[in-house]
Order: sequence, then structure tokens, then C-alpha cells
Amino acid sequence: MMAFLKSREAILGGAILVLLALIASRFPGFIAPANLARVFTDTSPLLLLALGQTVVILTRCIDLSVAANLALTGMVCAMLNAAMPGVPVIVILAIAVGLGAIMGAFNGILVWKLAIPPIVVTLGTMTIYRGIIFLISNGEWVNAHEMSAAFTGFPRASILGLPVLAWFAIVLAALFILMIARTPLGRSFYAVGGNPHAAVYTGIDVGRTQFWAFVISGALAGLTGYLWVARYAVAYVDIAGGFELEVVAACVIGGISIAGGAGTILGTILGALFLGIVKNALPVVDISPFWQMAISGAAIITAVAFNARSAKAKGRIILRRAQAQGAQA
Amino acid sequence: MTDASNTRHIPDRLQSNAARILKSWEVLLVGVAILIFVANSFASPYFLNAWNLSDATFNFTEKAMIAFAMALLIISGEIDLSVAAIIALASTAMGAAAQVGAGTFELVLIGLVTGLAAGAFNGVLVTMMGLPSIVVTIGTMSLFRGISYIILGDGAFRGYPDGFAFFGQGYVWWVLSFEFVLFAVLAVIYYVVLHRTNFGRTVYTIGNNATAASFSGIRVARVKFILFLLTGLMSGVAAICLTSRLGSTRPSIAFGWELEVVTMVVLGGVSILGGSGSIPGVVIAAFVMGLVTFGLGLLNVPGIVMSIFIGLMLIGVIALPRLWAKRRA
Repeated sequence: MMAFLKSREAILGGAILVLLALIASRFPGFIAPANLARVFTDTSPLLLLALGQTVVILTRCIDLSVAANLALTGMVCAMLNAAMPGVPVIVILAIAVGLGAIMGAFNGILVWKLAIPPIVVTLGTMTIYRGIIFLISNGEWVNAHEMSAAFTGFPRASILGLPVLAWFAIVLAALFILMIARTPLGRSFYAVGGNPHAAVYTGIDVGRTQFWAFVISGALAGLTGYLWVARYAVAYVDIAGGFELEVVAACVIGGISIAGGAGTILGTILGALFLGIVKNALPVVDISPFWQMAISGAAIITAVAFNARSAKAKGRIILRRAQAQGAQA
Repeated sequence: MTDASNTRHIPDRLQSNAARILKSWEVLLVGVAILIFVANSFASPYFLNAWNLSDATFNFTEKAMIAFAMALLIISGEIDLSVAAIIALASTAMGAAAQVGAGTFELVLIGLVTGLAAGAFNGVLVTMMGLPSIVVTIGTMSLFRGISYIILGDGAFRGYPDGFAFFGQGYVWWVLSFEFVLFAVLAVIYYVVLHRTNFGRTVYTIGNNATAASFSGIRVARVKFILFLLTGLMSGVAAICLTSRLGSTRPSIAFGWELEVVTMVVLGGVSILGGSGSIPGVVIAAFVMGLVTFGLGLLNVPGIVMSIFIGLMLIGVIALPRLWAKRRA
């Protein structure tokens, strides 16, 4: 019990409650269930991407291409819908997840087979995926009137009072908690990030595990791409620009160690919620939305400084995957 | 860039100097640069024009100034993703000062000091608190640009003094712009510092093995702190040039430049894992990126499509030698 109270997740959860209490003391309407549901729905895309990013960071990698992947998949779905309005949503969902996974797999293959540092790979694919959006769309927008009602209605359809978008976030978060804790793949993410040498000796293929992390991250980005475009009923080249850093921020605030191998899905969920609440609260408490960027920056720095204090000194150096690769060869 | 991994092996027989030079990364890059140059001069009749080429240098001079310092930082095993945000912060500080009537000299001083202060902030967090630089600088990236947004919102600073225009728009002699001359001078200075001084050797030592470096009496934290200061300072210099060239400051100034700077450094043959790389490589990479952007621009290729080329180049130049090495092995 005491251990739980001292954990990062409990402290972050406490911080969120304090934050909510502070806002509610002046604006009680903010914590009305309907508004909290709205805030959660608004945070769902961030949460979905952060789940995938968590797995990637656990294996000592980073995926900076998620926002570009989201935008490209979203554009493909929107153009498909505009050209063939008859295609059912379930097919579009499958295409979104599949296309996202393929883009993730491309990152993963480069990291796995060619041992190129993930930050370089995803930096490159990020610009490539964005560029492809321009090529296929000619820089034009797909607007609401070109999309079918079924296409845009799906993420907003209400089940038990919550929109489908929010249900996706809830169900996938639950699945990820199970997957991370209860499946061999989930445990191997920790093993690979915690100690790649030891992982190799226990028979885990480090590169292959990292590959699957990228595929998962890509598939989630693809799924979110469709949901995003349908929810906002518009697709263009720059949607979700810079979102990849917000996603990494959610993970870091949630206590996922950038050195790999440490952190929990619950932490990531709380990290994403924290950013989502701040973002939605600013206009309510009448602070200019221009403060949001500086606040999330300060939150990242505070969180990482705090995590470093609570974690035992491991003396690890970032960007040092080379030894792991050496052990693998 | 050396091997795919950081494993060093001792060859049976030393390669001859000529063979080593011919096989080096820099020569490969020069080849690429010449190819692009020739292709461009065939593709567009406007390419081989002294003034056009001079204009083209503005595509890379400011980014390259930061890339020099970033190269040292990455060789030492750290990274700074906040450089573009430092430009925004320094530019905002200069703009605010210009509003209250600061002269050119004061503006330059303010730009440099803001850059140094931001670099020092990163340096303190990374070297004194032992935090991973990639997370710290993702945080300060939001923080610095966020401060810019708080001050400026959706507004802009204009009205810089007349003398200030020289740094971004002035010419030293005929087609030689001040920026290009500054770029060349800085290239020489960084070359000497990295390749001809003790300090430069310690940067490599730290990047190859920080533990061994500190056991051999190198003050690792201090050297890294100096490198963060330098990167901040160079961002300040770039901020002065860019602000002077644009004549106005918006909070979105230099958005996304951090990735272009890192791309330039990696393209220049600096290992993202630290420990190897050279300034001539970065200089040639700057020219390659500048020529590609300029040549495609003359052919009316939109900027976003150029970014596909940059992304492909980044992955390609790293992947191809590794693929080749794999085939031979």
C-alpha cells in the first residue's frame, strides 16, 4: 500500500486530482461529468498514440513518425471515402490499421535489419510520410461535404453516453495493460529495454521485439488517423503537425523512462490525461491558449527531473544502443 | 560514420591513405553534391547564375551555423532538440527590445545572451541533474517556444533598426553575403576546435566512452556543459541572422528547424550514437541540402516534396552503406 502511494502513478494521479480541484474551486462546471467526458474524448487521440509510443520507448527506441503516419492514413481514408462513399466504415477501419501498421513496419525493418538508430529512421520517415500526403492530395483539402455521413458519424456515435472515439481509447488502454503485463511479447518489451544483453541470453530477439513495437505504434497511429479525420471532418497535409512531441511528452510525464525498460501503461494514461486536462482547462480559466506550449514544456522538465530523482541512478547514457546491437550480432 | 555498430576492430594491415580518403564519407558526399550540381545546371537554365547561387546559400547558412555546434554535441553523445525554439526565444527577446528602441549593437548582444542563457539552462539540466538530453530538450523546446507564444500570441514584432538588416541581407563583397562569410568563418573555427585542439579530442573521447574519459581525467560534465552553451550561442547567432533577414518575428519562426539541423549533421557523417564525425562532412552536407532545396525550387517543386528527398537522403545515405556491408559479409 505504501509502495503504491509512493509510486509515480499515484503521485501523478494525485497531481491530476489537485489540478482538477483547483479548476473546480473557481469553475465547478469543469468537473461536471459531461464536461469531463468531453475532455476525455478530446484527449483520446493523444492517449491512443501514447499507448503505442510507450511500447516503442520501452524497447529503447523512439517513434517520431506517428503524427505523419496519422495524417497520411487519415488522408488516404478521407480520399477513399470521397471517391467511393459506399465503402463501409469497417473496411476503412481495417485499411487505416493496416496502412498504419505497414508504415510502422517500415520503420521497424530499418531499425531491426539495418540497425539504423530509431531517431534517425523516424525523423526521415516523418518527413517522407508528410511529403507523400502532399503528393497524393496535391496539397488540397478533403472537406466535410465530400465525406459521407457514415464516415464522419462513426467516431461521434454515442454508446452508453460516450462517443466511439473515447471507447476506442478505453478498450485499447485496457488491452494494453493486459498485453504488457500478461503476454510474452509484453514482457519482452521490458526485457529488451531493461537489459538488451540479458534479453539476448534469455532467447529474446531484440531487433524483432523492437520491430513489433514499431508495428503496434504504427497501427495505432493509423487507427487514430481515421478517427481524427472523421471527427474533425477535414483532412489536409498539416493535420496533427508537431503532435509527435506531445505524444512523447505524455509518455515522459507518465514516467516512461526514455532509457527504456521502465514505466507503466497506467502512467502513460495519466500523462496523457494530465496534458489533456491542462489543454482543455486553459480557455476555461481564462488563460490564453498560447500558454499551453510553455506549460507542457515545464511539465515535461518537471516530470523528467522528478523521475530521475525517484529512480535509482543507473548510469545509463541515452542514444547508446550500439552495445546492445553488438551483443546481438 | 564508422561501422554499423560501435565495435572497433584492429585491421591486419593499415589501408593506404589514398584508399582511405577515397572511401571516406566526405568524398562520397562531395560526389553527391557534384552530381546534384550538374543535374541542376542541366535541369534549369537559371541555376548557373552567381546571384541565384548566392541566394541559394541562404537556404542553409543559418541552419549550418547551428549544425556545427550540434555536430560537436552529438559527437559527445548528447543532442539538443530545442535549437529552433531558442531561435524563437532569442528573436522574441530582440523584437521586444527593438520595440523600446534598442540599437543594433544592443539587439545583437540580446540575441547572443538569450541563446547562451537558453543553452546554459539545457546544460544545467543535463550535466548537473544528469537528465537525458533528448527529453530535456524536447521539454525546453516546448518551454522556449511557449514563452515566445505567451509574449507574442498571434502577433508579430516588426520595426527593427535599419542597421540591423545587414546581418541577414547585407553583402560583404559582390555576391558574397555576410551570412555566407560568417558561415565560412565559423566552419574554419569549428574545424580547428574539433580537429586541431585538445578540447576537440576530449569531445570524441567522451562520445566513445564517457566513463573511460572521466577516468582519464576529462571533466565530462564541464565539456558537455560548454557544448550546450555553444549550441545555444550558435542558435542565438542564427536567430540574429534569420530575424534580420525576415525583418519580423513571429513565435512560429524557424519551426521544425531542429530536425533539419539534426538531418544535416547526420547526413554529414556524424554518428547519432556519438564518437565519430567531422566538420568538413557537415559543411558538405549543408551544401548538399542547400543545392537540393534550391534546384528543386527552380523546378517549381513544392517545399514539402523536397522534404521527401531530404528524408530519403537521410535514410538512404545511412542504409545503403550498411546494406552493402551486409551483402559483402
